[in-house]
Order: sequence, then structure tokens, then C-alpha cells
Amino acid sequence: MDDLALAIRMAGIRKSFSGNVVLNEVDFGLRRGEVHVLAGGNGAGKSTLMKILQGVYSLDAGRIEIDGRDVVLHSIHEARQAGIGMVFQEFSLIPTLSVAKNVFLGTERLARSHLLDDASSVTRTREIFADMGVDIDPNMPMSKLGTAYWQLTEIAKALAQNAKVLILDEPTASLAKHEVELLFALVGRLAASGISIIYISHRMDEIFRIADRITVLRDGNRVLTAPLSELSPADVVEAIVGRKVDGTLQWRERTVDRSGAPLLEVRALSAGRRVQDVSFVAHAGEIIGLAGLMGSGRTELARCLFGIDPIDSGTVHIHGKQIELRSSADAIAVGIALIPEDRRVQGLVLQHSVRDNLLITQLKGLRRGPLLNDRKGSATAAKLIQQLSVKTASPNLAVGRLSGGNQQKVVIGKWLGTDPEILIMDEPTAGVDIGTKSEIIERIRDLADAGKVVVVISSELPELLAVSDRIVVLRSGSIEREFERHEIENEHTLQLAIQGVSS
Amino acid sequence: MTDLAPLAALAGSPPGRLQILARRLGTDWRQYVIYIGFVTIFVIFAVTLNDKGFLQTNNLLNIPRQASSVAVAAVAMTFLISCAEIDLSVGSLVGLSGLAAAYGSLHGGLITAILAAVGVGLLIGVVNGVLVTYVEIPSFLVTLAMLWMIRGFGQWRTDSKAQPIASEAFRTLFGSNTMRIVWLVVFAVVGAIVLNKTRAGRYVLATGGNRTAAEFSGISTRKLKFYVFVGTSLCAAFAGMMVAANLNNYGKYENGTGLELSVIAAVILGGTSLFGGKGSIAGTIFGALFVQLIGNGLLLSGLESSQLDIIKGAIIIVAVALRREKSGAR
Ligand SMILES: Nc1ncnc2c1ncn2[C@@H]1O[C@H](COP(=O)(O)OP(=O)(O)OP(=O)(O)O)[C@@H](O)[C@H]1O
Ligand SMILES: [Mg+2]
Repeated sequence: MDDLALAIRMAGIRKSFSGNVVLNEVDFGLRRGEVHVLAGGNGAGKSTLMKILQGVYSLDAGRIEIDGRDVVLHSIHEARQAGIGMVFQEFSLIPTLSVAKNVFLGTERLARSHLLDDASSVTRTREIFADMGVDIDPNMPMSKLGTAYWQLTEIAKALAQNAKVLILDEPTASLAKHEVELLFALVGRLAASGISIIYISHRMDEIFRIADRITVLRDGNRVLTAPLSELSPADVVEAIVGRKVDGTLQWRERTVDRSGAPLLEVRALSAGRRVQDVSFVAHAGEIIGLAGLMGSGRTELARCLFGIDPIDSGTVHIHGKQIELRSSADAIAVGIALIPEDRRVQGLVLQHSVRDNLLITQLKGLRRGPLLNDRKGSATAAKLIQQLSVKTASPNLAVGRLSGGNQQKVVIGKWLGTDPEILIMDEPTAGVDIGTKSEIIERIRDLADAGKVVVVISSELPELLAVSDRIVVLRSGSIEREFERHEIENEHTLQLAIQGVSS
Repeated sequence: MTDLAPLAALAGSPPGRLQILARRLGTDWRQYVIYIGFVTIFVIFAVTLNDKGFLQTNNLLNIPRQASSVAVAAVAMTFLISCAEIDLSVGSLVGLSGLAAAYGSLHGGLITAILAAVGVGLLIGVVNGVLVTYVEIPSFLVTLAMLWMIRGFGQWRTDSKAQPIASEAFRTLFGSNTMRIVWLVVFAVVGAIVLNKTRAGRYVLATGGNRTAAEFSGISTRKLKFYVFVGTSLCAAFAGMMVAANLNNYGKYENGTGLELSVIAAVILGGTSLFGGKGSIAGTIFGALFVQLIGNGLLLSGLESSQLDIIKGAIIIVAVALRREKSGAR
């Protein structure tokens, strides 16, 4: 390989956190203008490697070259000056500030008076968005915008700082299909203009669509670097998992007894602007998939069913009995559980240990007299950690220290353990690696086999198609169509339905 | 495109701005509760208390005069609360810095008095700042402890006695009717510029809005918070000079008792978020004036100060409740 063409060369990178080796002699080379995928299981060390490149973590050993010159990056600031821009897995935006203020946060434009020149930031932000081909009002406060726009704003922020290298850490984890398309088009344009892109992703289809080359990490070791044109999806999965597996998610036809009364019945539910006249039923043992675009009301429907958002009209029945849903406590009392969309905000107490986070939902079952049974608690937690292969140095590690995908597993484990009657999962596998994805799907099937109802919201269609018995398509808050799973031929059929193109 | 974009933006801007303003007033009226409240109460008093002299120039000017020391401390507190910290020790510091100024005036004059008060403020600010940002003790605890320690120290060193201010110049500079209003305006203007128009102010809001994100944007949040603590204490010391120079013309350890609460109330009434990330200096100033306005009017109407406290408390609850964004309706 021609080393001169490398925008970045990392060699022999080592990093450990309190004795745990996270990166072991990792080499990584990024060519100018290429899209280079960084793949690997949850906790393989992808984010850590990138944080080293970004000056967030110091390295224990190894060297970094940027444009052929040795550099030592002590801080984010230095990395940024060296032309490295990162779109973090956890966003680096301030919800209370406007888009333009966020784009120029840390690199504010000053007027001649040395005061902030917000007018020029707004103009420049508008230009950057125009170049990116997206339409965002720079004056909007961040908190009023959805996830997709946060992503785009992060990218704009990196571009505003003249990044030559752009690191995207699971950028599509929470994007809807058409937003993903927008992002891909943007990535292609940026690469064509000479910007090098490091792209971290767990989604096989994306990897092959977008990337020129791939590097795979496994348990902190680099196991593969190659052009994607020389690889098959199976090769990539094998490199990630470490053994030959079938990476594709398979649908398994399940028989559901629909003769009796439904376990869950939703009648003409309306709430706010996002849920309008939604009715559906689910029988015991059934897995319902909720499909729809971002903003189609899937999350809002879930929030209503969990008693968080107030219901304007309509009723919810469980075992034929109408129930009141005024708070999440009401919902939990009748056996409804929700695995929320945004794990960091709604799902976890980041400073608390993995064990405590897993057990918080099931303290009742762990009581011994007035006290908690610690031994039983630890056993329960250990079992969940093992079932979901949560990669953690110890159950007592603060959950905020885990890799993104492993945090997601903890959120899922937390609710799987409660044995709910009705489990609603909002984007349950966002950021989860391939191995664990099938594990989670297995767990969902187990729950359904045990006579529960599971409602799965997902923007990842292969996953939705693999797990659901029935798929309800939402559009602008109301039900567009309802399919039996076997009526759906392939992903494309479902995609058309979601986009409202009748077939 | 690069050349045309600003033009296009400019061309589109006048109606755009107006529309935005109208929309903001329509939906975000809660943000303006303090101004609406101020005007409403003012009008009510103007109508009902006209015969009691509410509208006389001197009475009206008394409102900013009496609010001035709270307002000066509250400007700094706005920064502190905006970056999601708090300082409960400002009231005690008002007492101690006043004492320091009194001693200074006795042993030198105007300059020594100022230096003594500012020195005390600097010292307390550094201690608060180090304990919160470097030792990482929550600011609520640090400053609560400092509240007692500062007051105890002042009482102990002075045997609970008042210390007269010996400098006429000092009394005029910080306590005269005119200067109190001048200081109020100066702090308000400088505070608003720093918060809205400088990097430091932007970083304060960013830090309070999401500390991790701010760090990841290259902001040294620890250093920033440290400086905000120091600034808050310095402003409190300034307020201490104003209190000492005013009415009584002496410094006493218990000057400023409870003032920290009025300061925090002014900040919160003014629309600054207790959780950080959002702050308004104009709001804070009006918050301070609002509390003073209520006191002024109710006293004129013949209520006793005990009754007045009850009503003041109730009005604060109502104002903050009105401003609260509805939860759940996201
Ligand atoms: N600050 C930290 N302290 C302790 N351990 C850490 C810290 N940061 C990361 N780790 C550990 O390092 C390992 C690698 O984490 P990293 O975030 O790099 O994984 P990843 O490959 O990005 O995974 P994912 O796909 O889930 O995002 C994990 O086991 C994680 O628990
Ligand atoms: Mg990661």
C-alpha cells in the first residue's frame, strides 16, 4: 500500500482501562477520500480506537501519523486542529442552544469587537447545510429537533471546523430509511470531495453499500483489513464473530392461537397529534411488529400504551377488561413494560452499576422480608449478563463505562427479567452487534412462546421481518395497513407499504 | 452560492424575523412571564395605590434602589445557575465583605475599603471554586457549609458588633441613591453582554446544557466553572459594599442574612433554568425588581412585613408555576 496516500496511520495502538486490555497492538490506515468501515462486536474497541484518534483518551503505546507526520494528540482540541472531526455515538450537542450556536460551539466566530458574531454563524451554517443538501433552520433550538437532525448538525459541526477526516460512529442507529439514504448520499459527496471517512456500523447491508475498505476488530485485536470488493458478507460476519455463523436473520413461522379473546386490544386510540384512531389486537403468544417512518407515531403510540403520554380518546383492554393508563405505574401494574428508544436518557442510570441497573425493575421478586436478597440479586444479574453476552469487566462496573451496544443490552435485560405480560420494545437492537441481535430475537420468541405479547418497533426491516408474526404499518399517526407476516414477500414490499406506495 | 447566500438570507429576513417573533410570543409566552407579571402587577398597583403615592417618582425610583444589591449578586448567580451550579454563601459573604470594607475604611480610606472587600470576595470565590470543581464536592454542600463558616467567622471576629464605614467617599460611591441605580444598570448591561455576546457566556450555557457535550466540544468546563464561582463571590462582595454603604452605614456580620434566597428567587423568576443551560440577565433583573415591586406596593397598602412575606412567597410559586413548561407534552 502506498503510505503516502494515507491520511491517517495508527500503528501498534494499545489501550487498557484499569487492567483490562481494550486495544492490543492495533494498526489502522485511512486513505485520502476513502470510506473505511470499522466493524466488530459490541465492546470490541471501535469507539475507543476512535476516541484515541480524537484525543479523548491517551494511548498506552503506539503512534499516530496524520498526513505522514507523527502527532501526539492531547486533547479534542488538538485533534480538531489536525483536521479530525467526529460524530460521536453519544451526541456532543447542547439541547438548550440553537443549531448554529452548536455548529460553532468551541470555534465561535467573532466580530471585530471581539464579541460573538452570531449573525455570521447563522449565515455560514446555512451555507454548510446547503452544501450538504439538507434543510434545517439554523435558529431552531436543538431540543426541538429529532435525532436525524442532531446527526446532521454533528456533521455540519465537523465540517464547519474544516475536518479532513470525519468519523461517524453508528450514525444510522436511530435513523429512518429515507434519512439513511440522505446520509449515504452525503457521505458519498464528502468522500468525492476528498474527505476521508471512518464509518462504524453493525449493519451488513450498509457496510457493503457505502464502504471502500473495512477493518474488523475483535476483542481489541485487528483481525481483518481488506477492500470490500474482495469479501462476501459471510466473510465479514465470520471476522466479527470469530467463527462461521449464519449472519442473516431468519423468520420462523410460529403458530398463534387466535381463537380466544385477545390479550391486548387497543380501540380507536388517539393522543396528541401523533396518534390518531389506532386500533389493533394482539393475542397471547403473538409478536407484533410496528413499522413506519420516523415521526409516524410509533414511539408516541408506545408511550401512550405505557401511560407516559396522556390518551385523548379511545380505550385499551387487557384480557377483555378496560384499563386506565394514567402513569407508567398503572401500566406496570397491569403487566406492560416498555424498552424505550433513547437508552441513555430513559433507560439507564449511567453512574449505577450494571447489576443495579439490571435489577431495578425486579426488586420486588428479590425481597427477603423487608430487606433485599443480595445473593439472589447477584445470581439474577449474572444470568442476564450471560444470556445477553453483555461485555463488562464486572457486574459492579458503572453502566456508563460499557460500550454503546452493551448498554443497550443492559436496557433490554432490565425488562426481559421482569417477565411482563406485554412487552413493548422501541428500536431494541439499535447499535447491537450481529451475534447479539439474533440472541435478542430468540429471547423475544421465548417470551411470546410463554404466552406474552411482544410489540416490536424497528426501523431495521430485516429484523422486523425476522421476528414479527404480524406487522402493523403506521403512517402519520394512523394505521396504514396491517399484514400477516406470510403476506409480505420481501423487504421491498414492506418498504413500499411504509412509504405509502400501494402495491 | 457562497456570495449569494448571505444576500438571500438578508432578503428573506425581515418578514422571517417578524414571523418568528410572533410565533415565539404565541407559543413561548411562558418565557416572558416575568415581564408580563411585572407589568400586570405594576398596573394593578398604579390603579389601586395611586392615592397612596405609588406613582410618585421617588417611590418608583425606590424600587430599583432597593433591588440593586440583590440584582448585582443575581447577575453573577445567573451565570452560576446557568452552568448548573449554585452558591448559597452569597448572603453571608455580603455580610463579611461589608465588614471587611468597614475595617478597610478605618485603616486607610476608600481604596483600602474596596480592596479589603474585593479581597474577601476573591478568597471565598477561590475556596468555593476549588472545592466544587477540583475536589468535586457538590456546590450545594460546599456553599451551604461556607454560609455558616463565613457568618460564624464574622460574628466571632467582631463580637457581633456593627462596624461603621469611615469613608464618606465610599458611602457615596456605593450607597447613594444615584449610584445604586447606576450600579444596577452597569451590572445588568455588562452581564447581558458577557452572557449573550462572548465565548465565556456561550460556554457557560453549553456547560449547563450538557457538560459532556461541552467537554467534547473542547470546552474546559472545570476551569470555566471555577471562574464563575470566583465571579459570583466577587459580585457578592460588591453587593456587600452596597449594603454596608447604604442605609445603616455600617458593616455587620448579619447583613445579607437570607439574601442568597432573594438572589436565587430573582434568577429563577427571570427564567433561568435551575437545571442549567438557559439563562437571561434581563429576566434576572426583572425578577429582582418584581420582588421589590411587590414589597413596595404591599407595604404602601398597609400590610405588615410578615403578611408581605406570605404573599411574596405565594406570588413566586404562581410565577414559576406559570412559567413551567408542561411535562409529558413532548
Ligand atoms: N472509560 C472506560 N472505562 C472502563 N472501561 C471502558 C471505558 N471505555 C470503554 N471501556 C471498555 O472498553 C471496551 C471497548 O469499548 P468500546 O466502546 O470501544 O466498544 P465498541 O467496539 O465501540 O462497542 P459498541 O459496538 O458496543 O459501540 C468495552 O468492554 C468497554 O466496557
Ligand atoms: Mg461504540
